[in-house]
Amino acid sequence: MSKKNYNWQLKSTLRILKEILFWAAGIWLFIYCWNIISARTIWPFVYDGAEQGSKLLMRMFPPNWTYFLDLLRPIWDTITIATLGTLAAILLSLFVAFLAAENTSPHPLLRQLALLIIVISRSVSSLIWAIILVIILGPGVLAGIIAISLRSVGFVSKLLYESIEEIDRKQVEAVEATGASKFSALIYSVVPQVFPSFVGTAVYRWDINIRESTVVGLVGAGGIGLQLNEAILGLKWPDAIIIFMMILSLVLFSELFSAKIRKILI
Amino acid sequence: MLTESSGNYSWQRPHLIKNKNKRAIIYLLAVAYIIFTFISLKIDSQRIILGLSRSQKYFADFLRPDFISRWNSIVDGILESLTMTYVATVFGIIISIPFAFGAAENISPKPIYYLSRAVIVISRSFQEVVIAIFFVVVIGFGPMAGVLTLTFSSIGFLSKLLAEEIEDIDWTQVEAVKATGASWPQLMTYAILPQILPRFIGLSVYRLDINFRASAVIGVVGAGGIGTTLNAAFDRYEFDSASAILIVMIAIVLLGELFSSFIRKKIK
Repeated sequence: MSKKNYNWQLKSTLRILKEILFWAAGIWLFIYCWNIISARTIWPFVYDGAEQGSKLLMRMFPPNWTYFLDLLRPIWDTITIATLGTLAAILLSLFVAFLAAENTSPHPLLRQLALLIIVISRSVSSLIWAIILVIILGPGVLAGIIAISLRSVGFVSKLLYESIEEIDRKQVEAVEATGASKFSALIYSVVPQVFPSFVGTAVYRWDINIRESTVVGLVGAGGIGLQLNEAILGLKWPDAIIIFMMILSLVLFSELFSAKIRKILI
Repeated sequence: MLTESSGNYSWQRPHLIKNKNKRAIIYLLAVAYIIFTFISLKIDSQRIILGLSRSQKYFADFLRPDFISRWNSIVDGILESLTMTYVATVFGIIISIPFAFGAAENISPKPIYYLSRAVIVISRSFQEVVIAIFFVVVIGFGPMAGVLTLTFSSIGFLSKLLAEEIEDIDWTQVEAVKATGASWPQLMTYAILPQILPRFIGLSVYRLDINFRASAVIGVVGAGGIGTTLNAAFDRYEFDSASAILIVMIAIVLLGELFSSFIRKKIK
């Protein structure tokens, strides 16, 4: 009888070999990518970066506190862009999600179309939508609202149609058995089941959109981004720090607010 | 809600907000807010009509994507975006690990906890483009500014979610391994890492996906990648090239999504 080896190993030898190969490939890829980036970088600027950065921070002080008053309107616009953009996205995504969910979609072809809309909306970021819309609609808050809603439709629809696909069929059948029409069956059996997750998604997206709407102004689509662009291009750093502080407090506020809403509604 | 009215039982759907007055006030405020903001929009209808008539040409261009005339710069931009994404995600992962341990309430001392949380809040609050502007000003145009931007915003995301995972680990497993007389490195590899590793890999792959999407926009402010190419196409009103770039981007995002769902399934 051969002596048995009772040493316990977390992983088999083959698995360890495979992992070493995987890590080697990952590290090789990293070095390869790093070389490409390094070749396109002006290194003296980077070495100088820390000094430039600290000089820049020093130039921000003392902050131009009174600039705060000029920012109230842009902040209001930013919140408007996020809120109305999210609302528009919610309304649109009700249709898109209904078409995209396998169990409610009226036709497989419509379902594919809805899925295509979701993919396109999710892949193109709101800043790019904003660039296109500013060319078409002209600069202003409206372009920002539409850009935010076009970006959000995919996100909200995707989560909504996934939760529609997971509903409990029995409840739908129970409502249908009372003689309810297709539409009332939808309202009384599907909607109550998906409502909590839908509200959660919508509020979460609003929270993300507050962040996104701070930048659409950079390309002219309204909100505080416009002021940020002005301050940086004009090298008005005492103004820029006020803008950064406003963005930070706006985002923190929206995070607290959305956490509270979610607690109340779900 | 069953209400008895003149002997008939009629059923009504329960309302979202139980209190009748509260409900009225909240709905009223919401409607008032929407009406007020609509009035404050200042829509310039003439500009829109002008833009819409002009945009017919743009739409026509959008429908005939032109891959050929700018093919080289598209390939170059995509390559730059992908390299930026990969390098930044690797840096982000490496840096986020200590911050994640620092931000986990159950294992970190209070001062370090608050410091890590502050870093996470700052990193998460600013949109990538805002951070990119800062880095472009500090170290100049090019992909390095993009790498730093994506790294910085990855730190907040990864540390926050990983810290939550560490806070949720099962301490009985840690104690069990401790009871065998394991040293600290052994404790890490056999008790803590196996509990957080699957989620960490999932998050990293997810972040890779997000970073690629973000790499397409930070180019607009000069931080390298396909965004630079895209912005140039928009500036020259070459909507056919822009459309081609967007299609390539969407295709890569889709591939990335397939890849990340494959990885997440595998580690589950």
